Amino acid sequence: MKKLFVPLLIVVAAMFAFAPIVIANARYESTMGLIQKIFYFHVPSWLAMYSAIGVCGLASLIYLFQGSRTADCYAVAGAELAILFGLMGLVTGPLWARKAWGVWWQWDARLTSALLMWLIFVAYMLVRKYGGPGSEKLAAATAIFGTATGPFVYKSVDIWRTVHPTTNVVPTLPRDMALALLYCMIAFFLLFLVLLTVRVGLAQRQMALDDLYLAGED
Amino acid sequence: MIFWRTAWLVLRKDFAIEVKSREIVYTTVFFAVASVLIFSFAFVKEGVAPEGAAAGILWVAIAFAGTLALGRTFERERYNDTLRALLLAPAPRAALYVGKLLGMIALLAVTEALLLPLLAFLFAAPLFARPGLLAALLAGGTVGFSAVGTLFAAMLLRVRSRDVLLPILLYPITVPVIIAGVRGTAALIGPQPDEPTATMWIGILTAFDIIFLTLSVWTFEPLMTD
Repeated sequence: MKKLFVPLLIVVAAMFAFAPIVIANARYESTMGLIQKIFYFHVPSWLAMYSAIGVCGLASLIYLFQGSRTADCYAVAGAELAILFGLMGLVTGPLWARKAWGVWWQWDARLTSALLMWLIFVAYMLVRKYGGPGSEKLAAATAIFGTATGPFVYKSVDIWRTVHPTTNVVPTLPRDMALALLYCMIAFFLLFLVLLTVRVGLAQRQMALDDLYLAGED
Repeated sequence: MIFWRTAWLVLRKDFAIEVKSREIVYTTVFFAVASVLIFSFAFVKEGVAPEGAAAGILWVAIAFAGTLALGRTFERERYNDTLRALLLAPAPRAALYVGKLLGMIALLAVTEALLLPLLAFLFAAPLFARPGLLAALLAGGTVGFSAVGTLFAAMLLRVRSRDVLLPILLYPITVPVIIAGVRGTAALIGPQPDEPTATMWIGILTAFDIIFLTLSVWTFEPLMTD
């Protein structure tokens, strides 16, 4: 991963630089107009958030059952990225909603559950920051419960009648729109990988520094 | 066999302590009633409560009182450092969790038994029109809330600022359960009781209960091991 980092960074930067052109060239959706273009950043940011949640939940499980401290570094990186990409989704969503539905926010099942899932990971960071020693396990449990809500958030639009579009929209897109979306999804996923690498590296250095500090005290 | 016996012994121990002092049950019930009064000040306009307010008030009062009780139950274990003794006992750790969980459910059941008539009386809500469905909703909600709450309250014992962190962790995770409870109850006490909707929410509650219980029982052992 570390060897790939610089090429990956260049690829991500190039993809994001080129993204506006790809999005502009995709079909103009006539009912919603220009605001529909936000879709190409809104959906990929949630994809990146689900990826971050997956990493955080899985790493927390490994940390909890095997005590691997590297896994804990992945968990904290995943949680921070989940907050970051979730925030992107929570900002782009209302911007779109204001135009499409006329309100910034609707208390429907998808919006409410997505906000809750995001809050669980904010709570995760609060526990890590203010819980003091011994809070890592507590945080890991929080992450596992947070990850368990993920599938509910994803399926919520199919279970309840919501104003938010269902999961059917993406597989039935016209070809040019689907390709643009795929492009943005790859860009966001690669960005997620780059940030994850940086953050895990930082967490590992913090861990090494803590160990050195403790060893120096003894 | 030893699993259920351990759980039963933990439950009986907590029950014996509680019968002597009655501290948690009195404070919890009083707090639940006090929060109902605060909500009535917030919602009642010109002497009339908005329709369906009783459902929301019932569940928020349960959640608030439950948080208070969770903190107190485990504070007692921490104060005398008896949780360490419990964890040292040669018994399955998950059984300790189940014992504590049963105690919590029993306590909340007592609180609910007092809240229901109070709300029916104060808000003229037909809470007892469909007793079976309401009981199923309350049972599902209580089990889900207590399952997560007991796990996190037990873990918070070894962490700083635990009083603040318990609600911070508990509410985002258990809100799906509270939502299901409120919506299901609101469907029952509306002008036309909507039984299919209530049954749907009971199903969702059951799904959450199964997930929360499985995760809690599964992770309790590694979480409580140093």
